[in-house]
Amino acid sequence: MQTSTIQWIPQGETRVPLAVYRDEQVYANEQRNIYRGHTWNYLCLENEIPDAGDYRTTFVGETPVVVARDEDNEIYAFENRCTHRGALICLEKSGKGAKDFQCVYHAWTYGLNGDLKGVAFESGVNGGGGMPKTFCKDHHHPPKLRVATFCGLVFGSFSDEVDSIEDYLGEEICERIERVLGRPVEVIGSFTQALPNNWKLYYENVKDTYHASLLHMFFTTFRLNRLSQQGGVIVSESGAHHVSYSKVNEDDFEGYRDQGLRSDQTGYQLKDPTLLEGFKEFNDGITLQILSVFPGFVLQQIQNCLAIRQVLPRGIDKTDLNWTYLGYKSDTPEQRQVRLKQANLIGVAGFVSMEDGAVGGFVQRGIAGTDSEQAVLEMGGDSTASNSSRATEAAVRGFWKQYRVLMGV
Amino acid sequence: MEKLSLRDRLMDFNASYARCIDTGNLESWPELFASECHYRVTSAENDRAGQPAGLMYATSRAMLEDRISALRHANVYERQSYRHMVGLPHIARGDAKEVECETPFLVVRIVQDDETFLFATGVYKDVFDLSGESLQLKRRVVVCDSSRFDTLLAVPL
Repeated sequence: MQTSTIQWIPQGETRVPLAVYRDEQVYANEQRNIYRGHTWNYLCLENEIPDAGDYRTTFVGETPVVVARDEDNEIYAFENRCTHRGALICLEKSGKGAKDFQCVYHAWTYGLNGDLKGVAFESGVNGGGGMPKTFCKDHHHPPKLRVATFCGLVFGSFSDEVDSIEDYLGEEICERIERVLGRPVEVIGSFTQALPNNWKLYYENVKDTYHASLLHMFFTTFRLNRLSQQGGVIVSESGAHHVSYSKVNEDDFEGYRDQGLRSDQTGYQLKDPTLLEGFKEFNDGITLQILSVFPGFVLQQIQNCLAIRQVLPRGIDKTDLNWTYLGYKSDTPEQRQVRLKQANLIGVAGFVSMEDGAVGGFVQRGIAGTDSEQAVLEMGGDSTASNSSRATEAAVRGFWKQYRVLMGV
Repeated sequence: MEKLSLRDRLMDFNASYARCIDTGNLESWPELFASECHYRVTSAENDRAGQPAGLMYATSRAMLEDRISALRHANVYERQSYRHMVGLPHIARGDAKEVECETPFLVVRIVQDDETFLFATGVYKDVFDLSGESLQLKRRVVVCDSSRFDTLLAVPL
Protein backbone atom coordinates (compact mmCIF):
# COMPACT_ATOMS: atom_id res chain seq x y z
CA MET A 1 0.00 0.00 0.00
CA GLN A 2 1.21 3.48 -0.84
CA THR A 3 1.89 5.44 2.29
CA SER A 4 3.67 8.18 0.42
CA THR A 5 1.97 11.55 0.13
CA ILE A 6 3.80 12.56 -3.00
CA GLN A 7 1.46 14.33 -5.38
CA TRP A 8 1.52 13.42 -9.06
CA ILE A 9 -0.37 15.21 -11.79
CA PRO A 10 -3.58 13.25 -12.47
CA GLN A 11 -2.28 11.83 -15.72
CA GLY A 12 0.49 12.18 -18.25
CA GLU A 13 4.21 12.51 -17.88
CA THR A 14 4.93 16.21 -18.27
CA ARG A 15 5.51 16.77 -14.56
CA VAL A 16 7.47 14.61 -12.12
CA PRO A 17 7.55 15.31 -8.36
CA LEU A 18 11.18 15.91 -7.36
CA ALA A 19 10.56 14.05 -4.11
CA VAL A 20 10.65 10.73 -6.02
CA TYR A 21 14.43 11.07 -6.18
CA ARG A 22 14.94 11.39 -2.43
CA ASP A 23 12.09 9.64 -0.66
CA GLU A 24 12.87 6.47 1.31
CA GLN A 25 9.34 5.12 0.98
CA VAL A 26 9.38 5.59 -2.79
CA TYR A 27 12.73 3.82 -2.91
CA ALA A 28 11.40 0.87 -0.91
CA ASN A 29 8.30 0.66 -3.12
CA GLU A 30 10.49 0.64 -6.22
CA GLN A 31 12.36 -2.40 -4.94
CA ARG A 32 9.07 -4.27 -4.63
CA ASN A 33 7.06 -2.92 -7.56
CA ILE A 34 9.78 -2.46 -10.16
CA TYR A 35 12.80 -4.63 -9.53
CA ARG A 36 10.85 -7.48 -7.91
CA GLY A 37 7.80 -6.69 -10.01
CA HIS A 38 6.79 -7.40 -13.58
CA THR A 39 10.11 -6.54 -15.20
CA TRP A 40 13.09 -8.30 -16.75
CA ASN A 41 16.42 -7.34 -15.21
CA TYR A 42 19.76 -7.72 -16.97
CA LEU A 43 22.01 -10.18 -15.11
CA CYS A 44 25.06 -10.89 -17.26
CA LEU A 45 26.20 -12.10 -20.66
CA GLU A 46 25.73 -15.75 -21.55
CA ASN A 47 29.37 -15.99 -22.54
CA GLU A 48 30.48 -14.79 -19.12
CA ILE A 49 29.27 -18.17 -17.82
CA PRO A 50 29.95 -20.42 -20.84
CA ASP A 51 30.50 -23.75 -19.06
CA ALA A 52 28.67 -25.83 -16.47
CA GLY A 53 29.85 -24.72 -13.02
CA ASP A 54 30.46 -21.12 -14.11
CA TYR A 55 28.74 -18.47 -12.05
CA ARG A 56 28.50 -14.75 -11.38
CA THR A 57 26.95 -12.70 -8.62
CA THR A 58 24.99 -9.56 -9.39
CA PHE A 59 21.93 -7.67 -8.20
CA VAL A 60 18.31 -7.17 -9.14
CA GLY A 61 17.68 -3.77 -7.67
CA GLU A 62 19.32 -4.14 -4.28
CA THR A 63 18.68 -7.89 -4.04
CA PRO A 64 21.85 -9.95 -4.37
CA VAL A 65 21.52 -12.70 -6.97
CA VAL A 66 23.59 -15.71 -8.08
CA VAL A 67 23.56 -16.61 -11.79
CA ALA A 68 24.98 -20.05 -12.55
CA ARG A 69 25.15 -22.62 -15.32
CA ASP A 70 24.26 -26.08 -14.08
CA GLU A 71 25.29 -29.52 -15.37
CA ASP A 72 22.23 -29.55 -17.64
CA ASN A 73 23.76 -26.48 -19.36
CA GLU A 74 20.78 -24.35 -18.32
CA ILE A 75 21.25 -21.00 -16.64
CA TYR A 76 19.66 -20.54 -13.20
CA ALA A 77 19.34 -17.47 -11.02
CA PHE A 78 18.36 -17.30 -7.38
CA GLU A 79 18.64 -14.93 -4.47
CA ASN A 80 22.11 -14.93 -2.99
CA ARG A 81 20.77 -15.42 0.50
CA CYS A 82 20.93 -18.51 2.66
CA THR A 83 17.46 -19.58 3.76
CA HIS A 84 18.82 -20.43 7.19
CA ARG A 85 19.98 -17.07 8.60
CA GLY A 86 20.13 -14.84 5.54
CA ALA A 87 23.88 -14.72 4.90
CA LEU A 88 25.25 -14.45 1.39
CA ILE A 89 25.59 -17.88 -0.17
CA CYS A 90 28.27 -16.86 -2.66
CA LEU A 91 30.86 -14.20 -1.88
CA GLU A 92 32.83 -14.12 -5.12
CA LYS A 93 32.06 -11.86 -8.08
CA SER A 94 32.51 -14.76 -10.49
CA GLY A 95 34.01 -18.21 -10.69
CA LYS A 96 34.36 -21.42 -12.64
CA GLY A 97 34.05 -25.12 -11.94
CA ALA A 98 31.66 -24.88 -9.00
CA LYS A 99 29.81 -28.07 -8.07
CA ASP A 100 27.62 -26.34 -5.51
CA PHE A 101 27.55 -23.32 -3.21
CA GLN A 102 28.04 -23.58 0.51
CA CYS A 103 27.08 -20.88 2.96
CA VAL A 104 30.16 -20.28 5.11
CA TYR A 105 28.12 -19.62 8.26
CA HIS A 106 26.60 -23.08 8.95
CA ALA A 107 27.58 -24.93 5.77
CA TRP A 108 24.13 -25.23 4.21
CA THR A 109 24.72 -26.34 0.66
CA TYR A 110 22.89 -25.28 -2.50
CA GLY A 111 23.00 -26.70 -6.00
CA LEU A 112 23.88 -24.61 -9.03
CA ASN A 113 20.14 -24.37 -9.64
CA GLY A 114 19.51 -22.94 -6.17
CA ASP A 115 18.03 -26.08 -4.58
CA LEU A 116 18.93 -26.68 -0.96
CA LYS A 117 20.94 -29.92 -1.08
CA GLY A 118 22.40 -30.24 2.37
CA VAL A 119 21.92 -29.02 5.92
CA ALA A 120 24.93 -29.60 8.17
CA PHE A 121 24.10 -31.94 11.08
CA GLU A 122 20.57 -32.33 9.71
CA SER A 123 20.21 -35.62 11.60
CA GLY A 124 22.02 -34.32 14.63
CA VAL A 125 25.28 -35.47 16.22
CA ASN A 126 25.53 -38.66 18.25
CA GLY A 127 21.78 -38.87 18.46
CA GLY A 128 21.32 -35.34 19.75
CA GLY A 129 20.21 -32.14 18.09
CA GLY A 130 19.47 -32.01 14.40
CA MET A 131 16.57 -30.60 12.47
CA PRO A 132 12.99 -31.72 13.21
CA LYS A 133 11.77 -34.60 11.07
CA THR A 134 9.19 -32.29 9.56
CA PHE A 135 11.87 -30.04 8.06
CA CYS A 136 11.77 -30.45 4.28
CA LYS A 137 14.73 -29.12 2.31
CA ASP A 138 12.57 -28.81 -0.82
CA HIS A 139 10.66 -26.02 0.89
CA HIS A 140 13.74 -24.04 1.83
CA HIS A 141 15.51 -22.90 -1.29
CA PRO A 142 16.11 -19.20 -1.88
CA PRO A 143 13.59 -17.56 -4.23
CA LYS A 144 14.44 -18.44 -7.82
CA LEU A 145 14.17 -16.02 -10.69
CA ARG A 146 12.70 -16.75 -14.07
CA VAL A 147 15.60 -16.65 -16.49
CA ALA A 148 15.46 -15.74 -20.17
CA THR A 149 18.19 -15.14 -22.71
CA PHE A 150 18.10 -12.95 -25.76
CA CYS A 151 21.03 -12.40 -28.12
CA GLY A 152 23.49 -13.59 -25.50
CA LEU A 153 22.01 -11.38 -22.77
CA VAL A 154 20.76 -13.08 -19.60
CA PHE A 155 17.74 -11.52 -17.94
CA GLY A 156 16.02 -12.51 -14.72
CA SER A 157 12.60 -11.75 -13.28
CA PHE A 158 10.88 -12.31 -9.95
CA SER A 159 7.54 -12.17 -11.73
CA ASP A 160 5.65 -15.21 -12.97
CA GLU A 161 3.35 -12.96 -14.96
CA VAL A 162 5.76 -10.83 -16.93
CA ASP A 163 5.65 -11.44 -20.70
CA SER A 164 8.25 -13.54 -22.46
CA ILE A 165 11.44 -11.58 -22.98
CA GLU A 166 10.70 -11.14 -26.69
CA ASP A 167 7.23 -9.75 -26.01
CA TYR A 168 8.56 -7.60 -23.18
CA LEU A 169 11.12 -6.04 -25.51
CA GLY A 170 8.88 -5.81 -28.55
CA GLU A 171 9.88 -6.26 -32.16
CA GLU A 172 11.64 -2.94 -32.69
CA ILE A 173 13.82 -3.22 -29.60
CA CYS A 174 14.63 -6.86 -30.42
CA GLU A 175 15.78 -5.87 -33.89
CA ARG A 176 17.99 -3.12 -32.53
CA ILE A 177 19.59 -5.45 -30.00
CA GLU A 178 20.17 -8.08 -32.67
CA ARG A 179 21.79 -5.44 -34.85
CA VAL A 180 24.63 -5.06 -32.31
CA LEU A 181 24.66 -8.41 -30.52
CA GLY A 182 23.78 -10.66 -33.44
CA ARG A 183 27.39 -11.84 -33.67
CA PRO A 184 29.61 -13.32 -30.97
CA VAL A 185 31.08 -10.74 -28.61
CA GLU A 186 33.74 -10.86 -25.96
CA VAL A 187 34.35 -8.68 -22.94
CA ILE A 188 37.40 -6.42 -23.28
CA GLY A 189 37.08 -4.58 -19.98
CA SER A 190 34.72 -3.67 -17.18
CA PHE A 191 34.47 -0.84 -14.66
CA THR A 192 32.01 0.42 -12.07
CA GLN A 193 31.12 4.09 -11.90
CA ALA A 194 29.71 5.13 -8.52
CA LEU A 195 27.11 7.80 -9.26
CA PRO A 196 26.14 10.26 -6.51
CA ASN A 197 22.46 10.23 -7.39
CA ASN A 198 19.20 8.32 -7.48
CA TRP A 199 19.08 5.58 -10.13
CA LYS A 200 16.24 7.27 -12.02
CA LEU A 201 18.29 10.38 -12.67
CA TYR A 202 20.85 8.32 -14.55
CA TYR A 203 18.26 6.25 -16.37
CA GLU A 204 16.42 9.36 -17.50
CA ASN A 205 19.72 10.81 -18.68
CA VAL A 206 20.20 7.76 -20.93
CA LYS A 207 16.78 8.35 -22.46
CA ASP A 208 17.21 12.12 -22.69
CA THR A 209 18.05 12.92 -26.30
CA TYR A 210 17.62 16.64 -25.57
CA HIS A 211 20.75 17.07 -23.46
CA ALA A 212 23.32 15.38 -25.66
CA SER A 213 24.59 18.31 -27.72
CA LEU A 214 24.08 20.78 -24.87
CA LEU A 215 25.95 19.12 -22.01
CA HIS A 216 28.55 17.19 -23.97
CA MET A 217 30.77 19.69 -25.78
CA PHE A 218 33.57 17.45 -27.00
CA PHE A 219 32.42 17.11 -30.60
CA THR A 220 31.41 20.76 -30.85
CA THR A 221 34.59 22.15 -29.31
CA PHE A 222 36.82 20.16 -31.60
CA ARG A 223 34.65 21.11 -34.57
CA LEU A 224 34.02 17.47 -35.22
CA ASN A 225 30.98 17.78 -37.38
CA ARG A 226 29.17 14.58 -37.21
CA LEU A 227 28.11 13.51 -40.65
CA SER A 228 25.16 11.98 -38.96
CA GLN A 229 22.31 14.21 -39.98
CA GLN A 230 19.35 11.92 -39.66
CA GLY A 231 18.24 10.17 -36.60
CA GLY A 232 15.44 9.76 -34.20
CA VAL A 233 14.13 8.15 -31.13
CA ILE A 234 12.03 5.00 -30.87
CA VAL A 235 9.94 4.55 -27.75
CA SER A 236 8.32 1.17 -27.08
CA GLU A 237 4.55 1.12 -26.75
CA SER A 238 4.61 0.81 -22.96
CA GLY A 239 7.14 3.63 -22.85
CA ALA A 240 9.51 1.34 -20.98
CA HIS A 241 12.29 0.93 -23.53
CA HIS A 242 13.85 3.23 -26.07
CA VAL A 243 16.39 3.52 -28.86
CA SER A 244 17.94 6.78 -29.95
CA TYR A 245 20.10 6.77 -33.02
CA SER A 246 21.77 8.91 -35.61
CA LYS A 247 22.92 7.87 -39.04
CA VAL A 248 24.77 9.06 -42.08
CA ASN A 249 23.50 9.05 -45.64
CA GLU A 250 24.85 6.17 -47.62
CA ASP A 251 26.20 8.82 -50.06
CA ASP A 252 28.35 10.22 -47.30
CA PHE A 253 29.62 6.91 -46.19
CA GLU A 254 32.93 7.06 -48.00
CA GLY A 255 33.78 10.15 -45.99
CA TYR A 256 32.68 8.44 -42.84
CA ARG A 257 34.74 5.40 -43.55
CA ASP A 258 37.81 7.49 -44.25
CA GLN A 259 37.60 9.63 -41.22
CA GLY A 260 34.63 8.75 -39.11
CA LEU A 261 34.26 12.38 -38.19
CA ARG A 262 35.28 15.54 -39.99
CA SER A 263 37.24 18.32 -38.45
CA ASP A 264 37.26 21.76 -39.98
CA GLN A 265 40.31 23.97 -39.97
CA THR A 266 39.32 26.48 -37.32
CA GLY A 267 39.32 26.27 -33.55
CA TYR A 268 40.60 23.38 -31.53
CA GLN A 269 41.69 20.29 -33.37
CA LEU A 270 42.77 16.85 -32.29
CA LYS A 271 46.53 16.46 -32.54
CA ASP A 272 46.08 12.71 -32.88
CA PRO A 273 42.97 12.12 -34.99
CA THR A 274 43.53 8.35 -34.88
CA LEU A 275 41.49 8.56 -31.66
CA LEU A 276 38.36 8.60 -33.78
CA GLU A 277 39.39 6.61 -36.82
CA GLY A 278 36.82 3.92 -37.35
CA PHE A 279 35.68 1.31 -39.77
CA LYS A 280 32.35 0.40 -41.22
CA GLU A 281 30.80 -2.62 -39.55
CA PHE A 282 27.08 -1.96 -39.81
CA ASN A 283 25.35 -1.70 -43.15
CA ASP A 284 22.65 0.73 -42.10
CA GLY A 285 24.81 3.84 -41.68
CA ILE A 286 23.92 4.16 -38.02
CA THR A 287 26.91 5.59 -36.16
CA LEU A 288 25.27 6.01 -32.79
CA GLN A 289 22.68 3.84 -31.11
CA ILE A 290 21.75 4.06 -27.45
CA LEU A 291 19.18 1.49 -26.35
CA SER A 292 17.57 1.04 -22.96
CA VAL A 293 15.54 -1.83 -21.53
CA PHE A 294 13.53 -1.01 -18.42
CA PRO A 295 14.51 -0.85 -15.63
CA GLY A 296 18.28 -0.97 -15.80
CA PHE A 297 19.89 -2.11 -19.04
CA VAL A 298 21.66 0.03 -21.64
CA LEU A 299 23.28 -1.13 -24.87
CA GLN A 300 25.51 1.39 -26.57
CA GLN A 301 27.12 1.68 -29.98
CA ILE A 302 29.05 4.88 -30.55
CA GLN A 303 30.84 4.35 -33.86
CA ASN A 304 32.85 1.17 -33.19
CA CYS A 305 32.67 1.46 -29.44
CA LEU A 306 30.32 -1.13 -27.96
CA ALA A 307 29.33 -1.39 -24.33
CA ILE A 308 26.67 -2.58 -21.92
CA ARG A 309 25.73 -0.51 -18.90
CA GLN A 310 23.90 -2.03 -15.95
CA VAL A 311 22.20 0.54 -13.71
CA LEU A 312 21.84 -0.63 -10.09
CA PRO A 313 20.34 1.36 -7.19
CA ARG A 314 22.47 1.44 -4.04
CA GLY A 315 20.38 3.78 -1.89
CA ILE A 316 18.22 6.81 -2.59
CA ASP A 317 21.22 8.90 -3.66
CA LYS A 318 23.67 6.23 -4.82
CA THR A 319 23.75 4.26 -8.06
CA ASP A 320 26.24 1.80 -9.47
CA LEU A 321 26.80 1.96 -13.18
CA ASN A 322 28.51 -1.23 -14.32
CA TRP A 323 30.23 -0.80 -17.67
CA THR A 324 31.10 -3.85 -19.76
CA TYR A 325 33.15 -2.98 -22.85
CA LEU A 326 32.71 -5.34 -25.79
CA GLY A 327 34.46 -6.35 -28.96
CA TYR A 328 33.50 -8.95 -31.52
CA LYS A 329 35.22 -12.32 -31.39
CA SER A 330 35.96 -11.82 -35.09
CA ASP A 331 37.89 -8.55 -34.53
CA THR A 332 41.25 -8.21 -36.22
CA PRO A 333 44.01 -6.73 -34.01
CA GLU A 334 43.56 -3.44 -35.88
CA GLN A 335 39.81 -3.40 -35.26
CA ARG A 336 40.35 -4.16 -31.60
CA GLN A 337 42.80 -1.27 -31.36
CA VAL A 338 40.15 1.05 -32.87
CA ARG A 339 37.68 0.01 -30.17
CA LEU A 340 40.22 0.58 -27.41
CA LYS A 341 40.99 4.08 -28.66
CA GLN A 342 37.36 5.00 -29.20
CA ALA A 343 36.62 3.82 -25.66
CA ASN A 344 38.12 7.17 -24.62
CA LEU A 345 34.73 8.59 -25.60
CA ILE A 346 32.80 6.61 -23.00
CA GLY A 347 32.89 5.52 -19.41
CA VAL A 348 34.12 7.17 -16.24
CA ALA A 349 36.64 9.34 -18.12
CA GLY A 350 34.79 9.49 -21.44
CA PHE A 351 35.19 12.58 -23.60
CA VAL A 352 31.48 12.47 -24.40
CA SER A 353 30.14 10.80 -21.29
CA MET A 354 32.05 11.90 -18.20
CA GLU A 355 29.52 14.67 -17.61
CA ASP A 356 26.75 12.09 -17.23
CA GLY A 357 28.54 10.80 -14.14
CA ALA A 358 28.20 14.16 -12.44
CA VAL A 359 25.02 15.76 -13.73
CA GLY A 360 22.71 13.45 -11.79
CA GLY A 361 24.52 14.53 -8.64
CA PHE A 362 23.88 18.16 -9.55
CA VAL A 363 20.15 17.39 -9.60
CA GLN A 364 20.37 15.36 -6.40
CA ARG A 365 22.07 18.26 -4.63
CA GLY A 366 19.77 20.79 -6.25
CA ILE A 367 16.54 19.20 -5.06
CA ALA A 368 17.53 19.10 -1.38
CA GLY A 369 14.94 21.00 0.59
CA THR A 370 12.25 20.86 -2.07
CA ASP A 371 8.71 20.08 -1.05
CA SER A 372 6.08 19.80 -3.77
CA GLU A 373 8.22 21.08 -6.65
CA GLN A 374 8.13 19.22 -9.93
CA ALA A 375 10.41 18.61 -12.91
CA VAL A 376 9.12 19.90 -16.25
CA LEU A 377 9.16 17.47 -19.18
CA GLU A 378 7.56 19.27 -22.10
CA MET A 379 10.27 19.32 -24.73
CA GLY A 380 8.62 17.95 -27.87
CA GLY A 381 5.15 18.16 -26.32
CA ASP A 382 3.51 15.59 -24.10
CA SER A 383 3.69 12.45 -26.19
CA THR A 384 5.72 9.32 -25.62
CA ALA A 385 5.67 8.36 -29.29
CA SER A 386 8.64 7.60 -31.49
CA ASN A 387 9.97 10.70 -33.18
CA SER A 388 12.37 11.71 -35.92
CA SER A 389 13.59 14.65 -33.84
CA ARG A 390 15.88 14.21 -30.91
CA ALA A 391 14.96 17.62 -29.47
CA THR A 392 12.33 15.82 -27.43
CA GLU A 393 11.87 14.27 -24.04
CA ALA A 394 9.56 11.59 -25.43
CA ALA A 395 11.69 8.70 -24.18
CA VAL A 396 11.99 10.24 -20.71
CA ARG A 397 8.21 10.62 -20.59
CA GLY A 398 8.01 6.99 -21.73
CA PHE A 399 10.02 5.99 -18.68
CA TRP A 400 7.54 7.74 -16.38
CA LYS A 401 4.59 6.23 -18.19
CA GLN A 402 5.83 2.73 -17.39
CA TYR A 403 6.98 3.80 -13.93
CA ARG A 404 3.55 5.10 -12.94
CA VAL A 405 1.87 1.89 -14.12
CA LEU A 406 4.22 -0.37 -12.16
CA MET A 407 4.24 1.83 -9.07
CA GLY A 408 0.49 2.39 -9.13
CA VAL A 409 0.91 6.17 -8.79
CA MET B 1 76.50 17.96 -9.19
CA GLU B 2 76.70 14.39 -8.08
CA LYS B 3 75.46 11.74 -10.43
CA LEU B 4 72.09 10.47 -9.26
CA SER B 5 71.44 6.77 -8.97
CA LEU B 6 68.74 5.30 -11.20
CA ARG B 7 66.50 4.92 -8.20
CA ASP B 8 66.93 8.59 -7.32
CA ARG B 9 66.23 9.59 -10.91
CA LEU B 10 63.00 7.58 -10.87
CA MET B 11 61.96 9.16 -7.59
CA ASP B 12 62.77 12.60 -8.96
CA PHE B 13 60.70 11.86 -12.02
CA ASN B 14 57.70 10.75 -9.99
CA ALA B 15 57.99 13.83 -7.78
CA SER B 16 57.82 15.99 -10.91
CA TYR B 17 54.96 13.93 -12.32
CA ALA B 18 52.88 14.29 -9.15
CA ARG B 19 53.68 17.97 -8.80
CA CYS B 20 52.73 18.62 -12.42
CA ILE B 21 49.24 17.18 -11.93
CA ASP B 22 48.66 18.34 -8.36
CA THR B 23 49.54 21.95 -9.12
CA GLY B 24 47.21 21.94 -12.11
CA ASN B 25 50.01 22.34 -14.63
CA LEU B 26 48.38 19.75 -16.85
CA GLU B 27 49.78 21.18 -20.07
CA SER B 28 53.23 19.96 -19.00
CA TRP B 29 52.03 16.46 -18.18
CA PRO B 30 52.32 15.02 -21.72
CA GLU B 31 55.97 16.16 -21.89
CA LEU B 32 56.80 13.49 -19.34
CA PHE B 33 55.99 10.87 -21.96
CA ALA B 34 57.86 9.82 -25.10
CA SER B 35 56.17 10.85 -28.35
CA GLU B 36 55.23 7.23 -28.96
CA CYS B 37 53.97 5.90 -25.67
CA HIS B 38 51.25 3.95 -23.97
CA TYR B 39 49.18 5.43 -21.15
CA ARG B 40 46.22 3.59 -19.72
CA VAL B 41 44.13 3.78 -16.59
CA THR B 42 42.66 0.44 -15.62
CA SER B 43 41.78 -1.69 -12.59
CA ALA B 44 43.57 -4.61 -10.95
CA GLU B 45 40.57 -6.75 -11.91
CA ASN B 46 40.96 -5.99 -15.62
CA ASP B 47 44.73 -6.32 -15.35
CA ARG B 48 44.44 -9.79 -13.80
CA ALA B 49 41.93 -10.88 -16.43
CA GLY B 50 44.15 -9.58 -19.22
CA GLN B 51 41.39 -7.29 -20.45
CA PRO B 52 42.90 -4.48 -22.45
CA ALA B 53 40.35 -1.66 -22.21
CA GLY B 54 41.12 1.41 -20.16
CA LEU B 55 39.26 4.38 -18.78
CA MET B 56 41.89 6.50 -20.50
CA TYR B 57 43.79 4.91 -23.34
CA ALA B 58 46.48 6.72 -25.28
CA THR B 59 49.06 5.52 -27.78
CA SER B 60 50.87 8.80 -28.36
CA ARG B 61 51.90 11.96 -26.55
CA ALA B 62 49.63 13.84 -28.96
CA MET B 63 46.68 11.87 -27.60
CA LEU B 64 47.63 12.93 -24.08
CA GLU B 65 47.75 16.54 -25.27
CA ASP B 66 44.28 16.08 -26.74
CA ARG B 67 43.10 14.73 -23.38
CA ILE B 68 44.29 17.90 -21.63
CA SER B 69 42.90 20.10 -24.36
CA ALA B 70 39.49 18.45 -23.96
CA LEU B 71 39.62 18.92 -20.19
CA ARG B 72 40.45 22.57 -20.60
CA HIS B 73 38.05 23.46 -23.38
CA ALA B 74 35.32 20.86 -23.80
CA ASN B 75 34.53 18.72 -20.78
CA VAL B 76 32.29 19.88 -17.97
CA TYR B 77 33.27 18.94 -14.41
CA GLU B 78 33.52 20.63 -11.08
CA ARG B 79 36.72 22.43 -10.12
CA GLN B 80 38.92 19.88 -8.42
CA SER B 81 42.47 19.01 -7.51
CA TYR B 82 44.43 15.91 -6.57
CA ARG B 83 47.15 15.19 -4.06
CA HIS B 84 49.36 12.31 -5.15
CA MET B 85 51.36 10.33 -2.63
CA VAL B 86 53.82 8.27 -4.65
CA GLY B 87 55.75 5.43 -3.03
CA LEU B 88 59.16 4.00 -3.74
CA PRO B 89 59.86 2.52 -7.16
CA HIS B 90 60.47 -1.20 -7.36
CA ILE B 91 62.83 -1.79 -10.26
CA ALA B 92 61.87 -5.02 -11.96
CA ARG B 93 64.23 -5.08 -14.91
CA GLY B 94 66.55 -2.64 -16.60
CA ASP B 95 69.44 -2.10 -18.97
CA ALA B 96 71.26 0.95 -20.32
CA LYS B 97 68.33 1.92 -22.55
CA GLU B 98 65.19 1.29 -20.53
CA VAL B 99 63.92 0.24 -17.16
CA GLU B 100 60.72 -1.40 -16.01
CA CYS B 101 59.44 -0.55 -12.59
CA GLU B 102 56.37 -0.50 -10.38
CA THR B 103 55.52 2.31 -8.02
CA PRO B 104 52.54 2.47 -5.66
CA PHE B 105 50.42 5.61 -5.46
CA LEU B 106 47.56 7.07 -3.49
CA VAL B 107 45.47 9.97 -4.77
CA VAL B 108 43.01 12.06 -2.80
CA ARG B 109 40.64 14.38 -4.60
CA ILE B 110 39.35 17.72 -3.42
CA VAL B 111 36.28 19.04 -5.28
CA GLN B 112 35.42 22.72 -4.87
CA ASP B 113 37.71 23.01 -1.80
CA ASP B 114 35.38 20.60 0.01
CA GLU B 115 36.19 17.27 1.68
CA THR B 116 39.51 15.50 1.07
CA PHE B 117 38.27 12.27 -0.48
CA LEU B 118 40.27 9.09 -1.02
CA PHE B 119 39.88 8.76 -4.79
CA ALA B 120 42.29 6.07 -5.98
CA THR B 121 45.10 3.80 -4.94
CA GLY B 122 47.14 1.49 -7.09
CA VAL B 123 50.40 0.95 -8.83
CA TYR B 124 52.09 2.56 -11.80
CA LYS B 125 53.47 -0.14 -14.07
CA ASP B 126 56.09 1.77 -16.02
CA VAL B 127 58.66 1.47 -18.75
CA PHE B 128 61.08 4.41 -18.81
CA ASP B 129 63.30 5.48 -21.67
CA LEU B 130 66.79 6.12 -20.27
CA SER B 131 68.43 7.20 -23.51
CA GLY B 132 67.75 10.93 -23.25
CA GLU B 133 69.01 13.52 -20.81
CA SER B 134 65.87 13.25 -18.73
CA LEU B 135 63.71 10.22 -18.17
CA GLN B 136 60.63 9.77 -20.29
CA LEU B 137 57.76 7.34 -19.93
CA LYS B 138 57.39 4.90 -22.80
CA ARG B 139 54.61 3.22 -20.94
CA ARG B 140 52.58 3.92 -17.82
CA VAL B 141 49.71 1.63 -16.95
CA VAL B 142 47.85 3.02 -13.97
CA VAL B 143 46.46 -0.09 -12.27
CA CYS B 144 43.92 1.03 -9.70
CA ASP B 145 43.28 -1.38 -6.83
CA SER B 146 39.52 -0.91 -6.96
CA SER B 147 37.20 -1.40 -9.93
CA ARG B 148 34.91 1.30 -8.59
CA PHE B 149 35.44 4.94 -9.55
CA ASP B 150 33.61 7.80 -7.95
CA THR B 151 31.49 10.06 -10.19
CA LEU B 152 33.98 10.73 -12.95
CA LEU B 153 37.67 10.68 -13.80
CA ALA B 154 38.64 13.99 -15.39
CA VAL B 155 42.20 14.82 -14.33
CA PRO B 156 44.65 12.03 -15.18
CA LEU B 157 46.14 9.87 -12.43
